Amino acid sequence: MEINNNQLLRFTTAGSVDDGKSTLIGRLLYDSKSIFDDQLEAIESTSQRKGHDGVDLALFTDGLRDEREQGITIDVAYRYFTTPKRKFIIADTPGHIQYTRNMVTGASTANAAIILIDARHGVIEQTKRHSFIASLLQIPHLVICINKMDLVDFKEEIYDNIVKQFQDFSSKLLVKDVRFIPISALLGDNVVNKSENMTWYNGAPLLHTLETIHISSDFNSVDARFPVQTVLRPQREGFIDYRGYAGRIESGIFRPGDEVTALPSGFTSKIKTVEGPKGELDEAYAPMSISITLEDDIDVGRGDMIVRSNNKPKPVQDLEVMLCWMNNSPAQPRAKYTIRHTTNEQTAMIKEIMYKIDIETLGRNFEDKEIAMNDICKVRIRTTKPLMIDSYRENRSTGTLILIDENTNETVAAGMIV
Amino acid sequence: MSKYYLNYIDELESEAIFVLREVWAQFQNPVILFSGGKDSIVVTHLAKKAFFPAKIPFPLMHVDTGHNFPETIQFRNETLKKLGVDLIIGSVQESIDQGRVAEEKGKSATRNSLQITTLLDTIEEHKVDCAIGGGRRDEEKARAKERFFSHRDDFGQWDPKNQRPELWNLFNGKYFEGEHFRVFPISNWTEMDVWNYIKRENIAIPSLYFAHEREVVWRSDSWIPNSEFLTLEDGEKIVTKKVRFRTLGDITITGGIESDADTLEKIVEEVSGMRQTERGNRTDDKRSESAMEDRKRQGYF
Repeated sequence: MEINNNQLLRFTTAGSVDDGKSTLIGRLLYDSKSIFDDQLEAIESTSQRKGHDGVDLALFTDGLRDEREQGITIDVAYRYFTTPKRKFIIADTPGHIQYTRNMVTGASTANAAIILIDARHGVIEQTKRHSFIASLLQIPHLVICINKMDLVDFKEEIYDNIVKQFQDFSSKLLVKDVRFIPISALLGDNVVNKSENMTWYNGAPLLHTLETIHISSDFNSVDARFPVQTVLRPQREGFIDYRGYAGRIESGIFRPGDEVTALPSGFTSKIKTVEGPKGELDEAYAPMSISITLEDDIDVGRGDMIVRSNNKPKPVQDLEVMLCWMNNSPAQPRAKYTIRHTTNEQTAMIKEIMYKIDIETLGRNFEDKEIAMNDICKVRIRTTKPLMIDSYRENRSTGTLILIDENTNETVAAGMIV
Repeated sequence: MSKYYLNYIDELESEAIFVLREVWAQFQNPVILFSGGKDSIVVTHLAKKAFFPAKIPFPLMHVDTGHNFPETIQFRNETLKKLGVDLIIGSVQESIDQGRVAEEKGKSATRNSLQITTLLDTIEEHKVDCAIGGGRRDEEKARAKERFFSHRDDFGQWDPKNQRPELWNLFNGKYFEGEHFRVFPISNWTEMDVWNYIKRENIAIPSLYFAHEREVVWRSDSWIPNSEFLTLEDGEKIVTKKVRFRTLGDITITGGIESDADTLEKIVEEVSGMRQTERGNRTDDKRSESAMEDRKRQGYF
């Protein structure tokens, strides 16, 4: 297969334990011929040993020894497949254990989320939670797969009813694009091929949907943001005075000649050159890794941000953040944490826990202020120096942060700036 | 459609460059683990791009089992010369001589797992705080759970159940004295992506990847090359075949496939039609269902 101009689509899959998530992923890999013969043979022999009829497609997604022994998924696993139209990365997140932490992780880089609903049970609490997290993380596209249609005789009324249930509740969520597909992951109906058992369904099967979802307009092309990772100073002949600012464009477009400002210093200059992996460029855009040289010799280093002078982020020291707690040790109000925002690092303090989201009812709890693993809450954070922020809704890069516990060096929380 | 998007290979390239620059910014003393295999060659190529016009600002590290293909060592030395970077060698033979490890016994003995000790010793000796590897998540089921920035404790061990969450592109490389990180810039690449990229960028790779005539013996479903380390078993005989290698490891365990693919174009075409995984020809992975996970936990690549 040649390199072509195909795009990469990253999606995450969510479902509860028995929704058939592993079977669906196995089916996608199998039917798109992404499974090799030696993998298939290994699965066939395991299926036989376990006494399954035929090949258990779910076994393709087994990873660690404990997972195989206990029949569960512990951590996010990444899977890959390619079709003639796109390359796909699946963030396969566990349905039960620590699902919030893992789903948030998987969702953070996803263009789309697949949410599975068991046709026999309809919309359940777990569906609501998964949809809420997808909405919180602003995944642009949601594909709701109503699975196990074979167990409800492929009935249209059942599907219609579940779609309605979902729409009633999802009107409160902030997802722009929601699609519904009736499937049977086990039998393959509407996964890769159109179902012959559900001729009443006029939409596309899942794979075709994933291949054609329009994603190139999902990224922010307006606000030019370039956090500096490191400064390139070759110190060799021909490049003695060279000073290149290396980083990745998080949003917007940069061109030679652009009037830019380095933050937080506020020094201004003009872009002299923009260089990408293939050499000099007339323009560069997210998510390209580039280096920029400026007309003037100004002081810029890691943690600074180069932006267009007519469109700057806000310098802010007091932030309101939706926080997902990811560590076994609970949040300590007023304790100090290291905050990572783009390439910038500061010390921060959680000043106030405003409320906690009740993940069962999706309501706000203003009483319980204990923040433990998998909790989602809204907090006020103060940093020692200003961060250059956009809101998460406007920018999935400059609107995000993590907290690191200075005593353990562990990443304890992920935050989305409100 | 908007013209402001990257195709998948350019997106993967940019992602890998971003990761490599994060390594340089976050660590004091990183190295690239360089085996002379295609994945570490691609990582090195990406590092060249990441820091251009400066040269790669850290050394390469080679864990030398002593059971090498001579072609790999020659290629390694040429690469170093071209890049003008230093090489750190960890020698498995030295580890054996010093009594740090004992040679495996029996007919399927290899030096594969002996590398773990040498690797960890060399990391400690040179105070390496980050070893960049060419591991990919599509290679193997335990690798599918790897982070880009993968933490190793004081003993060099990986704890898959207690990994740091990795969100957006915020990588946390903080560590305490004695600990280190493994970083995998091409985590999201598949074997096909690697080959397509080598072809597009016209990256030099060892001649072993191209079809060539070689003395081999049929063992564990693949063609094991004849070498001074090979002991023939009953019924085995050495034949000459036109073969090539899909992965490069120790000469004692890396099986070749029969092939006529002697150009990059032909290799890409051949790989896209393959029905076996590339590690299917590596006897080190066939030892048990969790062979890779077990070695990774101990500190393997």
